[in-house]
Amino acid sequence: MVELAQVWDWLAEVPDPEIPVISVTDLGIVRDVAYDGDTLVVTVTPTYSGCPATSVINFEIEKALRAQGVEKLRLERRLDPPWSTDWLAPEAREKLRAYGIAPPIDGTGAQGVVAGRINRLTGAALTVPCPRCGSEQTQKVSQFGSTPCKAAYQCRDCLEPFDYFKCI
Amino acid sequence: MSVALDLDLALFEGLCRLGDSTLVLGHRVSEWCGHAPVLEEDIALANVALDLIGQTQMWLGLAGEAEGKGRDADALAFRRDVWDFRNLLLVERPNGDFGQTLMRQFLFDAWHQPMLKALEASSDPRIAAIAAKAGREVAYHLERSADLVIRLGDGTAESHARMQSALDRLWPYTGEMMMSDDTDRALAEAGIMPAPDSIRPQWDALVAEVLSEATLKAPDQRFMHKGGKQGTHSEHLGHMLATMQWLQRAYPDATW
Repeated sequence: MVELAQVWDWLAEVPDPEIPVISVTDLGIVRDVAYDGDTLVVTVTPTYSGCPATSVINFEIEKALRAQGVEKLRLERRLDPPWSTDWLAPEAREKLRAYGIAPPIDGTGAQGVVAGRINRLTGAALTVPCPRCGSEQTQKVSQFGSTPCKAAYQCRDCLEPFDYFKCI
Repeated sequence: MSVALDLDLALFEGLCRLGDSTLVLGHRVSEWCGHAPVLEEDIALANVALDLIGQTQMWLGLAGEAEGKGRDADALAFRRDVWDFRNLLLVERPNGDFGQTLMRQFLFDAWHQPMLKALEASSDPRIAAIAAKAGREVAYHLERSADLVIRLGDGTAESHARMQSALDRLWPYTGEMMMSDDTDRALAEAGIMPAPDSIRPQWDALVAEVLSEATLKAPDQRFMHKGGKQGTHSEHLGHMLATMQWLQRAYPDATW
């Protein structure tokens, strides 16, 4: 049987289908790798419940491990605890920025409308630096961007439209 | 014995109420795809619909498990007829204009978020896990719908008039969210789901705050429609299901 550390190394090479510069382990969605008898069990948690990439991710994980010769394999889904952007690996944040996606700013998830309104009324809105020029003069265009996990922003200085990987 | 049996049935019903409400609203919102007034809103609506359909898969998946008759989420979504649906009447209201769609979303989100928060304390860990997952997504739905209700309500004369008209039309469908029947009472007693009226203080406070900011006025009328949770629907749901279920009815078990 293959060492579990080896399996983790293989999984670190499986790219996220939507954001191929980061891997499924960078994303923090592989929650566990273990043996059940002689069957390798990989436990994956979904990012968003309706994320269409979820089934593709499972397919890519299975394909990668089968290509390494793993024959007895089972993928399991775990909902609890729910996935959080806090689980993104530190190196993944830099990779996102280099790819043009502003990484999540920890501790700024939607805490419900009340916190959001207080921010708006006091002008203490979230500052998301532009991943292209670093300017903090950016504005939110829409709460929902090209995928459920991102919001659409635009830089007022360099005018670049960009995605912000929002906290959840 | 009969008590245990009743609780199983109540659990199935309660899960269908949650899953059918997210399914019907998710489908309604998805009807906007390609038709929204601006590209960003089109994408936002599609993303909200996607979250709701994803949550439906979890709720109806668990409903099928609880029922124990081998029905999965797809079987429940595509092979039940209108009288077996348990969604709130509010979510089957047609989209109307953009303002009506947003007002419906806000009135629902303002219930959905505290409801999920309360469900996180469910005595059934499977329900608590789904609620925790869905709750994080719904916090963003609520932030967006409340924000847009305020901006359009306190906007131009035209947008204000449309938002007030949307509120007047939809208001009589909001009471059902907080009404209890025997199923709700059995689930609340077992600690599985919160009593619907326990959500009322939070819903009232949030809706009052947002409507005031939006310069909109809730109608005085007290009459509230009911029946969706028990399977008595408006004619709109049947038309929606005819579209939504067409493929699985014409080609049962089709896969591709």
